[in-house]
Amino acid sequence: MDNNTILLIKNLSFSYPGGRKIFKELNFSLKRGDKIGLVGANGSGKTTLFYLIMGLLKTDRGEIYIFNKRRVQERDFFEVRQKIGLMFQDSDDQLFCPTVEEDIAFGPLNLGKSRQEVDQIVEETCQSLGISNLRKRITYKLSGGEKRLISFATLVAMRPQCLLLDEPTAGLDEETTYRLLEYLRNRFDTYIIVSHDQAFLNQTIKETYYLKDGNIFKI
Amino acid sequence: MHLEEFAEGDSFFHKLDPRIKFLTITPSVCIIAIMKSIETSLIALLLCFVSVAFAKISFKKLFLRLLSVNLFILLLWIFLPFSFTGEAIFDVGPYSATKEGIYKASLITLKSNAIVIITITFLGTSQIFSLAHALIDLKVPKKLVLLFFFFYRYIAVIHDEYIRMKKALLIRNFKPSSNLHTYKTLAYSIGMLIIKSFDRSQRIYNAMLCRGFKNNFPIMSHFQIRSSDITFGIIILLIVSLLIVFDYG
Repeated sequence: MDNNTILLIKNLSFSYPGGRKIFKELNFSLKRGDKIGLVGANGSGKTTLFYLIMGLLKTDRGEIYIFNKRRVQERDFFEVRQKIGLMFQDSDDQLFCPTVEEDIAFGPLNLGKSRQEVDQIVEETCQSLGISNLRKRITYKLSGGEKRLISFATLVAMRPQCLLLDEPTAGLDEETTYRLLEYLRNRFDTYIIVSHDQAFLNQTIKETYYLKDGNIFKI
Repeated sequence: MHLEEFAEGDSFFHKLDPRIKFLTITPSVCIIAIMKSIETSLIALLLCFVSVAFAKISFKKLFLRLLSVNLFILLLWIFLPFSFTGEAIFDVGPYSATKEGIYKASLITLKSNAIVIITITFLGTSQIFSLAHALIDLKVPKKLVLLFFFFYRYIAVIHDEYIRMKKALLIRNFKPSSNLHTYKTLAYSIGMLIIKSFDRSQRIYNAMLCRGFKNNFPIMSHFQIRSSDITFGIIILLIVSLLIVFDYG
């Protein structure tokens, strides 16, 4: 393991309580600069893998190392959640503040930034994603695509080093997809994308991994 | 369901510092609750209607909310007049309604309406985040504030799930009638509603954790107390003190 390794998973096993085994002795690693597309059948465990990395689910067996530290307990994951941004499959789960700007500010404020800094971050994030016109809007009254874009904004406002995106383009029109694409290409060098949108994957990723029967394979 | 429908607006009440709102509504509600005379209760109710005008709330929406409160009070009117001893006014069978009983029921009606109205004009005109933040600022225990916040948050979540499920039933042409199929479907729906709401609230909580939530409530624009807030506070406290004097005088 060296300093370029962001994520290292060793012999990971996981099953939902009373459910079937999702992962059996899975091994995986992510290095700085890796741009990975993750594909697999419905229910093959793509979202589950993201949840395990973020510490939202606990492993049955196996070890997860993130930034060269083994992560086991809840507080081990505080640092992980600051540095890795997860975009949920359903934007309704991600947005919970009344207004767009408050939602974007929620993460940076939790990181203990001052109000001026947060204001600046919100401003910059809105500008760079072209959503300044949505700033004062009420989150649950936005359209599906707008919600998706705001969810993405709430992530990047935390300045993560790595992104985990779960179906980022679902429900986005061509122009918005392009905006997201450009942003990803220009500002992030490390990410894992789960998507069924082959065209989007072709333009963003370098390698593809495939989840099947509880394990992960490189294609 | 739009729980914060009164919070959208630009009236005097919407601009008030939420901390002042809490500091004034708490004594006001307590005083109204312990009032003894019907005259002062009536004055309190009228003053509450004055606050509605200041908050620029739609009377129609307000009355719809009051309607549900008064349905409960209606139940009191069935029992209270008959459960006090005193001067009988009329009889129903072996029971007689007393003047004291009717007096008590009117008092409760006036007071509960007054309390509900000022709660709406004072607290309903602020966003839930501001209220939670104001409570923390006023040194209310954080656990209580969190409880209040999530309770509120999840009512909306459960209602969202309910709406989705209702749509799912409707597009498949479900027509409730009085047969086993209907009861079974309704039972399934309620069961699913509880499970789905629980899951969904868990996912929202996860989203909060992913963004570094550690049981604190950050807020964008911090409150700044203005002289109008202080003037308002003093006026309300004066009115409240006058009401006590009248009530006991």
